[in-house]
Amino acid sequence: MKELTTYDRVLIARDKKRPQVSKYIEELFDDFIELKGDRLSGDDESILGGIAMFHGTPVTIIGQRKGKSLEESMRFNFGMCSPEGYRKGMRLMKEAERFHRPIITFIDTPGAYPGKEAEEHGQANAIAESMALMSSLKVPIIAIITGEGNSGGALALSVADKIWMLENSIFAVLSPEGFASILWKDGSLAPKASEVMKITAKELYDFGLIDDVIAEDRNMFKVIDKKLQKEISSLQKLSQNTLIENRYLKFRNIDEKKKALKVIKE
Amino acid sequence: MEISDIFKNKKNRLDKLRRTRRKVDVEETLECKRCHGQFAKSVLKKNFMICPDCNKYFSMSAEDRIRSIADEKTFKEHLKGMYSVNPIDFLDYDKVIEKNKNRSKRDEAVITGVCKINGIKCAIAVMESQFMMGSMGTVVGERISAITEVAGKHNLPLIIFSASGGARMQEGMFSLMQMAKTSTVIEKFKENGGLFLSVYTNPTTGGVSASFAALGNILIAEPDALICFAGPRVIEQTIGEKLPEGFQHSEFLLKSGMLDMIVERQDLKETIHRILVMHNYLP
Repeated sequence: MKELTTYDRVLIARDKKRPQVSKYIEELFDDFIELKGDRLSGDDESILGGIAMFHGTPVTIIGQRKGKSLEESMRFNFGMCSPEGYRKGMRLMKEAERFHRPIITFIDTPGAYPGKEAEEHGQANAIAESMALMSSLKVPIIAIITGEGNSGGALALSVADKIWMLENSIFAVLSPEGFASILWKDGSLAPKASEVMKITAKELYDFGLIDDVIAEDRNMFKVIDKKLQKEISSLQKLSQNTLIENRYLKFRNIDEKKKALKVIKE
Repeated sequence: MEISDIFKNKKNRLDKLRRTRRKVDVEETLECKRCHGQFAKSVLKKNFMICPDCNKYFSMSAEDRIRSIADEKTFKEHLKGMYSVNPIDFLDYDKVIEKNKNRSKRDEAVITGVCKINGIKCAIAVMESQFMMGSMGTVVGERISAITEVAGKHNLPLIIFSASGGARMQEGMFSLMQMAKTSTVIEKFKENGGLFLSVYTNPTTGGVSASFAALGNILIAEPDALICFAGPRVIEQTIGEKLPEGFQHSEFLLKSGMLDMIVERQDLKETIHRILVMHNYLP
């Protein structure tokens, strides 16, 4: 079989037939209660949140979703989250901490919504606050990039103890189209941009920016189930201080493996 | 007087004229984007890089910023000489860096260190918008994180002047991850009781406005600065309409509840000093 190009993977990651967060909930968890609203001004449906049972343990789920039908996609704003969505996420994460529930986030977004209201309501602040909150939560957090993980809109829910990516998902500073139009003034160069940007699960794993790659085969859900069980139980064995300290060091030294920095000796 | 003397005199006069003209040429002038007035750089520098005629803010170099905030000769730079190794092997990134070094006279898009403000010791970071539009790559993320840790370790207040086009494209996901890195480090600093004053200057956008810059205990902006997540052009493309005048500028953000205050450039040092004193930081 011919090796997939990065842009092939971009298209696979965007495929509407790909499992979305509701499918993961159905396959991986026993019960799920959705919780809505940010308690400030609205409920952003591009983020699905709630409590689920995972092998007898309650966990908090926060997942981005694009929708399948046109009607759904419109409701979910094609997965482009607004500040209300990130604030709902933060509210649910604080609840998770209060009740000692591990948090699992599912990432799939073309990016945070670049709209007028989103800006008025503090899109930048919401993203920053979500990352800051996640860095200090006293419960285990696992982030799984299931489809498209573009820009701060994806990173806002990815400050986790472990970041996993599905084999054909992407994680990028922005969409290849955006990258091509900013740097080369031509959005149609997206396929070339996607190669240059190094956004595949394998490349990011080799850089040390993510922790694992999940093969997309028939056993995928079973594999995720096993990995979640193992990881959550080992994270739960850590003291709260160690958990937070480890997460701090993970992000503090995120560019260490690649040795991305050097200092000229004077 | 001989005829040759007349020519000699004329030559001397011309030389003198040329010399004086050259002297004038040496003094660089800048044009105000609002009122189109021409001003000598030295005149602008004395006026905090603010247009003397219409009060429009010119962008301020990191060096001038530090001079306007820190007590004289108190600034000590940290992590000088740090550079990125081009982590995603972006074509000609090294050349781009060289070009920007020459243009901005700085080695990266942020300068960090410790200084005194009216005698109070502070950790400070100032972004340089002339270096690759102040974009955040690994060096910016590391310097911000390291100076925040210095502030935490020595119980110093942290003051960051942001000016940035966002995450640096040329370092790909390494740039995006700097948002998580700086937010994590800032959060810990604040949790431990540190004071972080974030000052937005024109422009602060994308990956910087959506990470450490937004996390100040107190958020201050200069007048008329563009502060946003997505830039105006991107939004106009998304919603298919023109944005109102002043949208995403300081005054608008203040009204939307996203800022604590707008402070004129010449008053920043005094305002920061008053805030430091109210948080029990003393000389």
